[in-house]
Amino acid sequence: MKLKDKLLASFMAFENKGDIDLDSNVHKIRTEAIETFEKLGFPTKKDEEWKYTSLKTILKNDYSVFPKIGKTVELKYVKEYFLHEIDSYKIVFVDGAYNSFLSDTTHEEADVCLLSAALKKPKYKMIIDHYFDNITSKKDGFSSLNTAFSVEGAFINIPKNTILEKPIQILYFSTGSEKEILLQPRNLVIVGENSHVQIYERHQSLDNNAILTNCVLEIFAHKRAIIDYYKVQNDKENASIIDNTYVQQRQNSIVSINTFTFGGKLTRNNIEVFHEGEHITSNLNGITIIEGKQHVDNHTVINHKYENCESNELYKGIYDDSATGVFNGKVIVDQKAQKTNAFQQNDNILVGDKASINAKPQLEIFADDVKCSHGCTIGQLDEKALFYLQSRGIPKKEAKALMLFAFGNDVVEKIKIPALKSRVTKLISEKLNVELGFEI
Amino acid sequence: MLSIKNLHAGLEDKEILTGINLEIKPGEVHAIMGPNGSGKSTLSSVISGNETYKVNKGEITLNGENILDLSPDERAHKGVFLSFQYPIEIPGVTTTNFIKTAINQKRKAQGLGDLPAKDMLKMIREKAAMLEMDRTFLSRSLNEGFSGGEKKRNEIFQMAMLEPKLAILDETDSGLDIDALKIVANGVNKLKTKDNATIIITHYQRLLDYIVPDFVHVLYNGKIIKSGGKELAHELEEKGYDWLK
Ligand SMILES: Nc1ncnc2c1ncn2[C@@H]1O[C@H](COP(=O)(O)OP(=O)(O)OP(=O)(O)O)[C@@H](O)[C@H]1O
Ligand SMILES: [Mg+2]
Repeated sequence: MKLKDKLLASFMAFENKGDIDLDSNVHKIRTEAIETFEKLGFPTKKDEEWKYTSLKTILKNDYSVFPKIGKTVELKYVKEYFLHEIDSYKIVFVDGAYNSFLSDTTHEEADVCLLSAALKKPKYKMIIDHYFDNITSKKDGFSSLNTAFSVEGAFINIPKNTILEKPIQILYFSTGSEKEILLQPRNLVIVGENSHVQIYERHQSLDNNAILTNCVLEIFAHKRAIIDYYKVQNDKENASIIDNTYVQQRQNSIVSINTFTFGGKLTRNNIEVFHEGEHITSNLNGITIIEGKQHVDNHTVINHKYENCESNELYKGIYDDSATGVFNGKVIVDQKAQKTNAFQQNDNILVGDKASINAKPQLEIFADDVKCSHGCTIGQLDEKALFYLQSRGIPKKEAKALMLFAFGNDVVEKIKIPALKSRVTKLISEKLNVELGFEI
Repeated sequence: MLSIKNLHAGLEDKEILTGINLEIKPGEVHAIMGPNGSGKSTLSSVISGNETYKVNKGEITLNGENILDLSPDERAHKGVFLSFQYPIEIPGVTTTNFIKTAINQKRKAQGLGDLPAKDMLKMIREKAAMLEMDRTFLSRSLNEGFSGGEKKRNEIFQMAMLEPKLAILDETDSGLDIDALKIVANGVNKLKTKDNATIIITHYQRLLDYIVPDFVHVLYNGKIIKSGGKELAHELEEKGYDWLK
């Protein structure tokens, strides 16, 4: 059976499992979503937004849709994936199911818990009904599919005037309990007025079985909220992810989404930002360092609808061997979004002879008093600079690594959690296969 | 220390050095002068191992060892240092981290462990002070946005840190103001010992007033056409190169 048919057939079983309140808004949304998915199906290369990313090899797998639950993992085997050196809240899932042993949730200064549990409590159900699926695309097969099957994920609700001192870690592990598995986590983040939160998210498979993660994250930033969101993608060779992030911002809020992609078979990041007020800042940053036949596709959309807002995008990519990349940055400036400041930069270095990148800035500007800039570079390592470093006694391999490191450094510099910054630094030097011996 | 015999080198399709012979002994200072485009920078690049240039004939030995098959970093580990005519900007790498990496890589090649951070810092401080270098430069990206003179001073700072056996200073004086020239020249002189040697490439007598050469060579069209003592530099300053052709 084709994956699509299998999913459609599974939906009934899923909704009838009993733990779903059939009167709830969420149930209605799910039913509509499966209909949308039935209509849209999975995207193909004929779809303009998927022109350079082929899903063929990952959709041919016979994924199990309802993973076997119950496998636990010991902390010592997964510790390295946590920012274990700092105090934090943690929401951890193993094969799609909540793992209380590895988690550290709260309802005190804020609600940091799981979506399924929150849905069962009237107090949270009201909130969830209000926000859930508000900003996800209804024209995207993957997002609709996720909505239809959404049962589990993180629910983060920060009340107003709250500065969360501890970062929140959201981790999804898969143990490979099935040969081929489809996971569909659903995260909802609501940050109240004047509040501030830092979130780190990671999806990690613990063995080499095939996994496809189709994730949806909705973020709502209220007035003057500040959200720093970090995604670290460094998964195994048979792990693929379609990561959909939707952000709605109210006036004076600042949201930064930082994506670090170092591994995985196929990684597609969709980020779409909606402005609902003036003086908003949206920062989207990313580094991709991949090799082999890995493929990474960063698709961003920023919808400027109000005056005096700002968006900054900085994406860097290093592609070795025959790795391939896509960057597609769309910025839409509405007619009434005067005094918009939109900046976009995408720089790439092709290290491998067969590596390639498709980069496409898309500026659709309908206002006249705006400052919009975009730049895109694709280059090789500068031979003169390499010789300069070598002439000082730095061997070629290290010299290359140093230059690549330096190339990505301005994105690393944006990390505001020191423990994460050194983790990412370490991952990059592992990636570049050198001991750099210092922290930049 | 350095011995160059009948060196022919250049680009794939163009020979730039057409038979260079040069002998340098420990403790000596050699000046190389010559018109623009005569091959001075090419010679320094070839000695340091720049792969842009191909050696077609001849040999270069350092303390008796053939270095032509060594990579630039291996030559650096053996004590070769080139102060670039045009230092390269490397955004994202601070001067401090760069020099730390360079020193520790050299130590690694010598079978030593990393220099303890404390000693490294002390050394950086001392050498920066010797060259009267503003320490804010050390935490800035290597050469990025440095003025011409600042870049040259930074080259000599790196030389001071790496303590080479053979230093080649390619037009280090160009871009330096009068005071900076004195400071940099003083620095170079302080680094001089009876065991190391210096090649100074310059167009002007000015620098040679401070760092007095034992020999002066004239490079013309890829060949050394005249060698002499320090008076030769004065003569060139007065008469130019025409009389030598
Ligand atoms: N990478 C290169 N590509 C093309 N031509 C080169 C290259 N390197 C050197 N040349 C040529 O070789 C000749 C010698 O150049 P070189 O830089 O060695 O001269 P120089 O003596 O250092 O001159 P200057 O006094 O101006 O610094 C010049 O004609 C130069 O154009
Ligand atoms: Mg020159």
